[in-house]
Amino acid sequence: MALSLDSYLGVHTQALTLEAQRTEVLAANLANADTPNYKARDIDFKAALAAAGNGGAAGGSAGIGTGAGTLAMTATQPGHLGASADASDAAPGANLKYRVPMAPALDGNTVDTQLEQAAFAENSVRYQATLTFLNARLKELMTAITGS
Amino acid sequence: MSSFNVFDIAGSGMSAESVRLNTVASNLANADSVSGDPTQVYQAKHPVFQSVQALGAAALGTTALGTATMGTGSSHLSQQASASVKVSGIAANTAAPEARYDPSNPLANSDGYVYSSNVNVVEEMTDMISASRSYQNNVEVMNTARNMMLDTLKLGQS
Repeated sequence: MALSLDSYLGVHTQALTLEAQRTEVLAANLANADTPNYKARDIDFKAALAAAGNGGAAGGSAGIGTGAGTLAMTATQPGHLGASADASDAAPGANLKYRVPMAPALDGNTVDTQLEQAAFAENSVRYQATLTFLNARLKELMTAITGS
Repeated sequence: MSSFNVFDIAGSGMSAESVRLNTVASNLANADSVSGDPTQVYQAKHPVFQSVQALGAAALGTTALGTATMGTGSSHLSQQASASVKVSGIAANTAAPEARYDPSNPLANSDGYVYSSNVNVVEEMTDMISASRSYQNNVEVMNTARNMMLDTLKLGQS
């Protein structure tokens, strides 16, 4: 029985990629806090992770990513590696939404700095949590390999 | 690697805010400048910020509205997600300068009037605070992103 590292690490690998992308989107919001007509955006994390999880789960069990809505490589030979579509290929762009402003500014900017800061802090904690989960999994693996 | 884009974005924000801080300094320094000629007097300057999409606004718009554009890889998608900021120009305040009767001033015109600059000191001070806070925000973003990447590098080592 071969161990698939993808399925062993679970959803955390995809979550890490998505959180890194969300960091970027929120950083862009904060950088454009004073830009006229800039519309704040955010990733619909739940939907994006669900989309990525579908592809990852299918890839993990069958060896070939066949998740709906994700790009999958075709394995035409038995020796081909199962290349499942990872989170970065699962088009987070589709889950990149515009934020509904609570108090839009006169210059057309919809960035609420406090809200973005809170989201950024939350996302960074989530990122650290995901790293902790991944570290724990890898440590388990190392224990299984070395036996000490 | 997409995570490095955060540094570019926060860096562009810091550079734009420092340009804004520079114009504030220039405006405040010239708040009391006078001239005998209303066309020669100092005009308050303000930067015009503009967001920059890595792949153009059209590509981004379709993606953000949900019509899926297929990316060829993580870098392609992350570039669409990033929007840095740039200073597209410096606009001068064209409000008419205030005329003041001051015949003893050597710069006064033949009627004894000098024209003072149209800098609003209170407005400039609030602008300065806003620019400073935005700059700090971007520094904080950069620091956090740096820590996140350093922790990622240590993945599986502890």
